[in-house]
Amino acid sequence: MLEIKNLQVRSGGKDILRGIDLTVKKGEVHAIMGPNGSGKSTLARVLAGHPDYEVVAGEVLYEGKPLLGIDPEERAREGVFMAFQYPVEIPGVNNAYFLKAALNAVRKHKGLPEVDAMEFMTLVRERAKMLELDASLLSRPVNEGFSGGEKKRNEIFQMAVLEPRLAILDETDSGLDIDALRIVAAGVNVMRAPDRAFVVITHYQRLLTYIVPDFVHVLQNGRIAQSGDKELALHLEEKGYGWLEKEPAAVNR
Amino acid sequence: MAHVAEESGRRTPAPNARAGERGRSVARYVAEFERFDRSTASHQPAWLAEARRAAISRFGELGFPTTQQESWRFTSVTSIAEHTTVMSSDGQAGITTDVLQRLMLDGTSALAVFVNGRFAPNLSVLSSLPKGVVVSSLKTALESHAGLIEAHLTQAADHTNQAFVALNTAFLEDGGFIFIPDDTVVSGPLHVLFISTGQPDATAVSHPRVLIVTGEHSQAQIIESYAGANERPYFTNGVTEVVAGPNAVIDHYKLQRESSKAFHLGSMYLTAQRGSTFSSHSLTLGGSRVRNDELAVLRGEGIDCTLNGLYLAGGAALVDNHTTIDHAMPHCGSHEVYKGILWGRARAVFNGKIIVRPDAQKTDAKQTNKALLLSDDAQVNTKPELEIFANDVKCTHGAAIGQLDEDALFYLRSRGLGHAEARAMLIHAFAGDIINRVKVAALQAQLETALLTVLPQETA
Repeated sequence: MLEIKNLQVRSGGKDILRGIDLTVKKGEVHAIMGPNGSGKSTLARVLAGHPDYEVVAGEVLYEGKPLLGIDPEERAREGVFMAFQYPVEIPGVNNAYFLKAALNAVRKHKGLPEVDAMEFMTLVRERAKMLELDASLLSRPVNEGFSGGEKKRNEIFQMAVLEPRLAILDETDSGLDIDALRIVAAGVNVMRAPDRAFVVITHYQRLLTYIVPDFVHVLQNGRIAQSGDKELALHLEEKGYGWLEKEPAAVNR
Repeated sequence: MAHVAEESGRRTPAPNARAGERGRSVARYVAEFERFDRSTASHQPAWLAEARRAAISRFGELGFPTTQQESWRFTSVTSIAEHTTVMSSDGQAGITTDVLQRLMLDGTSALAVFVNGRFAPNLSVLSSLPKGVVVSSLKTALESHAGLIEAHLTQAADHTNQAFVALNTAFLEDGGFIFIPDDTVVSGPLHVLFISTGQPDATAVSHPRVLIVTGEHSQAQIIESYAGANERPYFTNGVTEVVAGPNAVIDHYKLQRESSKAFHLGSMYLTAQRGSTFSSHSLTLGGSRVRNDELAVLRGEGIDCTLNGLYLAGGAALVDNHTTIDHAMPHCGSHEVYKGILWGRARAVFNGKIIVRPDAQKTDAKQTNKALLLSDDAQVNTKPELEIFANDVKCTHGAAIGQLDEDALFYLRSRGLGHAEARAMLIHAFAGDIINRVKVAALQAQLETALLTVLPQETA
């Protein structure tokens, strides 16, 4: 589903990613861990098409087709979704109105008819309930005045409505209390499907006890320093990221 | 909204050649006045003819404002002074059914149409108003409501210090008159529509005048609109005087849809009496050089005054909004939100003055001014002026000027919305709170339509 080959990225005159290789297949959940500044969020944002990054070398294939250079909206319509680490507050834009426009943009791209207001509200109420999201947040401006937890749940809620094929969660667990973490994780687990893949970016192992990954990669200094299964996350939790400095770099998956 | 723009800009001294040309422009207007006065004075009450003559002589002394005057610093009227003089014709050529349909607003309870400043009874719909309510031409009202007119017309508007007000007063002949008697509630907005047709061979001038007098416990929605029948250049020099009676609730709108080549200068003078609630929305959608002056004097206790504005300016347009809210008495509130959307090389000026006089304790005044710049070349100069002479008051002001939020744009796009759609959504969101405060559905629709045209123009 996703093939990243020797991806090198600069931003603000600095090399952030120095050659990432990663393959994600349908149905898989990959966790990407790493210390602050290792390039985790850059990877997520580059995949989503954020304009602030300069790809110096390498390529990314999504469903066998080049992904880089495609507009972010095209990526979204093709099924790529990123849950933002810091969801943006957009005063004056109604949450439900925005999401309906987004859903219809995606559906139109797929050749499906647009949903009407009734169908949309039914869908939205059901997904909001799943994420225990207060329905009143739907009628408020996007993320404006939301608590940190509400913003993160709103991201997963959007994912649940848009039903992407590749979901990238950028530190969705940060700032969540344990109850919110469980809710978010349950929302992700419900979405797990044979034709859908997840890239879960996190600083902490904690999330991975709720969203159990198939693979764990450790990013350090813009490279994948180590890859393994879920045991790697536990190992990291125990020994800290400092442990990697001393170990020889493992062969990337 | 990235940063607050402080006043900036240079003062360029007017070269002598310009001063000479200006003198000639003033002389042309004075000569035009002589002709006008000869044909008009005999049909008007003596007090008005006198007021007009005093006004032209004052205009002769004041001349056209220059950019060396503080309140005209950013707005040069040179092109107006040099290219206009001739009074608009009184013909209705060019007012087709299509034009009228486009400019009418749905759901109004009265429509008074003026073409080039003169009342057009054949185009107006003035039947079925509540008893005692008057919507008519000033010319007619000077006979039918002589006392009322004499008591209020030219009383609030400052023809002594404001050159363009003096000019409007000098050429005062016709215009709109609205009177709402005590204890009268009018349902459905009253629409006073000034259409300019322009002339093929000159930048013709009209001086529309509006007088609105509302009684105690009266209630009404009033829309003044100024529009072009075509895309010709012309000059509208309007003055409006409003008296909000005790406990009156007046919802006022100025909808400006002039041609993209038009000059539009307009002043509104509000005299608000005890307990009145006056709300005005200045909606600027057209014109190449636009100046709106609003002066609200709160003369009694317990007045609530709202002056809001939304302006769209593209190309090389200039939109200058100068507002003054004068708190003369205690326990009054004023609220002001001005928002502008600019693209191309458009420029805007916002100057918001709030005066709190020594007696005006417990004043609660709030002013907000925001501008959204969609291009690198668009520019806004904004200046709040607070003059507070009382000690127990709340006065706040804020200004923010910025471009579209790139993070918000990316967020919307990352969910599948196209670039244009995402931009439109953000532009609409910026203007949304003003649109939501407009209580007339037909005006909301006008604003929505105008916003839809911003994007294609801006990216063209």
